[in-house]
Amino acid sequence: MATLTKTNRRDFLKIAGTTAGGLFIGFNWLGCDSPKMEVLSDEQVLSQAKNFNAYLSIAPSGDIVIYSPNPELGQNIKTSFPMVVAEELDADWKKVRVLQANLDAEKFDRQLTGGSGAMPHSWERLRKAGATARYLLVAAAAKEWAVPAEEITTSEGMIFHKGSGKEASYGDMAIAASMLEAPEEVALKDKKDFKIIGTPVKNVDSRAIYTGKPLYGLDFYREGMLHAMVQRPPFGMKIKSVDDAEAKAVTGVSDVLTFDNNVAVIGNSTWPLMKAKKLLKVEYEPDGSVESTSDHDRIFREMLDTGKAEERRKDGNVEIAFKNAAQVIKAEYQCPFLSHSPMEPMNFFAHVKENSAELIGPTQTPDRAASSAAEILGIPKENITVEITRLGGGFGRRLRADYADEAVKISKLINAPVKVTWSREDDLTGGAYRPAVRYRFEAALDGDGNMIGYKLKGAGINAGNSTRENNFPSGAVENVLIESIDHKSTITTNAWRAPITNFLAYAEQSFLDEVALAAKKDPVEFRLALLEKAKTNPVGGDLGYDADRMIGVIKTAADKSNWGKNPTISQGFSVYFSHRTYVAQVADIEMENGSPVLKKITAATDCGMVINPTGANHQVRGGIVDGMGHAMYGNLTFENGLPTQKNFDKYRLIRMKEVPQIDVHYVDSGFDPTGLGEPALPPTGGAVANAIYKATERRLRTQPFIEQKEFEDLNLVIKRS
Amino acid sequence: MANLNLKINGKTHTVDVEEDTPLLWVLRDHLGLVGTKYSCGIAQCGACTVHLNGEAIFSCSMPVSIVGSDEVTTIEGLSEEGDHPVQQAWEEIDVAQCGYCQAGQIMNAAALLKKNPSPSMEEIENAMNRNLCRCGTYHKIREAVAKAAKI
Repeated sequence: MATLTKTNRRDFLKIAGTTAGGLFIGFNWLGCDSPKMEVLSDEQVLSQAKNFNAYLSIAPSGDIVIYSPNPELGQNIKTSFPMVVAEELDADWKKVRVLQANLDAEKFDRQLTGGSGAMPHSWERLRKAGATARYLLVAAAAKEWAVPAEEITTSEGMIFHKGSGKEASYGDMAIAASMLEAPEEVALKDKKDFKIIGTPVKNVDSRAIYTGKPLYGLDFYREGMLHAMVQRPPFGMKIKSVDDAEAKAVTGVSDVLTFDNNVAVIGNSTWPLMKAKKLLKVEYEPDGSVESTSDHDRIFREMLDTGKAEERRKDGNVEIAFKNAAQVIKAEYQCPFLSHSPMEPMNFFAHVKENSAELIGPTQTPDRAASSAAEILGIPKENITVEITRLGGGFGRRLRADYADEAVKISKLINAPVKVTWSREDDLTGGAYRPAVRYRFEAALDGDGNMIGYKLKGAGINAGNSTRENNFPSGAVENVLIESIDHKSTITTNAWRAPITNFLAYAEQSFLDEVALAAKKDPVEFRLALLEKAKTNPVGGDLGYDADRMIGVIKTAADKSNWGKNPTISQGFSVYFSHRTYVAQVADIEMENGSPVLKKITAATDCGMVINPTGANHQVRGGIVDGMGHAMYGNLTFENGLPTQKNFDKYRLIRMKEVPQIDVHYVDSGFDPTGLGEPALPPTGGAVANAIYKATERRLRTQPFIEQKEFEDLNLVIKRS
Repeated sequence: MANLNLKINGKTHTVDVEEDTPLLWVLRDHLGLVGTKYSCGIAQCGACTVHLNGEAIFSCSMPVSIVGSDEVTTIEGLSEEGDHPVQQAWEEIDVAQCGYCQAGQIMNAAALLKKNPSPSMEEIENAMNRNLCRCGTYHKIREAVAKAAKI
């Protein structure tokens, strides 16, 4: 019997390593279901299946249905959640069918995708769901065979009693077991006995994805459904007048209507609406502050120079530390707004009826969509159903319910079922961006190069607190002052993959590189020394991070990348803790024919136990690609409340040829699993920028790199292996 | 409005649409072939890739009126059983994260391999660079195209 508490085995850090693309099992295309075998449809299985709990039903055929409650946006939760249930059930994975659950607040807790929080939140309850069902199946067999339950064993969907030689399948016992009362306490497996967890199980939707089945919100069509597209105002503006005559004349457009501050075109298919929207003549007038990027440059300067910031953390006395310093290092870092730009643009279906509503679409927060609809319609939330489709990416954008709200409002106005589709231009101009942020850092070094003072002032535009005051290096420095200041803007912002830390980590890890070099110390040794101090003599009470786990990933990344061993390779180091997971990265640059060539990024991750190595590698590599792409190219600027970049011709996303080799390693710290959707992104920009500095002595403090003069004539080459 | 006869996935379909309607929206809104995806609408991302007489094209920027009697193949018609070598390789390598761009990636890869059955890695990258993947599955896509060439 295993424990569910943290098993802290810091002395036994084991390394599980894979290089890019190295982990997959062979696949027999015909699989195990021979054509002769009758394969039941999901509906057939469900009609026969017996419910064991919210997650799990078993049919007499032995087919197992596992519901995955959380929205799937590419983080592979629809595969990894059922893996955990099936593990404790001792199921035959080949018999498992996974279905996406609808919103159900009674059955499921925290039915959302965000903050890399699903796995740590649900780990124990998923295990219990599987273990409880297994317990009941064993109990049913014990009763039927009149043998003690303790003598019964299970394996891959089969139940055995060695003494009597009896055996049965889970299907055989499903009906009897489902009638027994579930136990309050149930034993969970010892992790060493796991057979499914830790293996590279394939994405359960892969066949449907690769054959073009309708999985996504935008793929939802229903007889009688209308289509709508919406013209939204620039930020800070309101409608002054609408001339819809030309738009209404487009064949296929049935109606044009104004709601809130928007103009909706309605019709029976998408293309006429795209044409009609361009023919709308909408005049706007200011309704608050109408901002441009040039305004933000001024506002940032004011905030950093004279703005009254809020104190977030104060340790010791920074004034004295800086006064006594042998050396003071100062630097400013800045980043622009970013769009989330998931490949599937925003869309939602709504059918509002008299006292109820049906919502279908891609959302990270189905509960928020339901609450918001209930408020809009003034009906009880229980009367609203939300069906969660697969999401064509999210990155935080679909944490908001704004696009579902539009469908609800339009469906009510036209009294018909409707799908609202955003064009790519709508998606880039329709708001809720990664906030633009600037940081001012100052470090005080003593005569031995020790950091005795650290100051950070964060300024953001609708960023809230742009610092994470208890993150490293807090706790490792005696005198610290961390402040933040925010400008309230009409431009909407929202969580964007690894909120705040997506840029803060870059700025902080680049600045620490500057400090280490000023102190004439190796960047890795410099960080390790700070962590040693944080561990043995933490400043300001409990640390907001586990110094041992951070040391673990630092040492692994250094080891796996041969840190400092090859003088012809310029290496950049970065490490960050976010969303409960620790990730260190090393970028390798070599000079070839006078140009820096980015050859490889090595990552070491401690996310506790890895559930599915394929999914984990995807998240780590994907996060690194994302972090690198946005550091290099991502830029959203504003002119009078409207983004300048309206589609992918101007808003540049990273492409295949711009991605280096990525090697992925894990540190098995023995902890329960944490999430991976976000934490691999934050360290990447810093590792790359620090390597560029090492190779060229060009310090990149502003993103995107591509638009900086320091980068212009650098001729950075990305080498793929 | 125009009545058009389109040859799609080996069958003839008659549609009554405006002539400027992009092939993408005819497939999705009028024929229920939603495997072909909309993402940018301006031939920048490749999510809408289909084959026109075996060539990979951006269906979002192809007015349906100029398709004429050319053969259109979509992801739904790439293979009868979903077992085209590229589809097999994608499943074997387990390429997808969110999966939204993958039909376009597969169609582009299939067109490449038809023309060039054993491409070098550079040729794979040159061909596949026009398809965006926001999740960053590029390593797996490269690996899967190379794998498909061997099936």
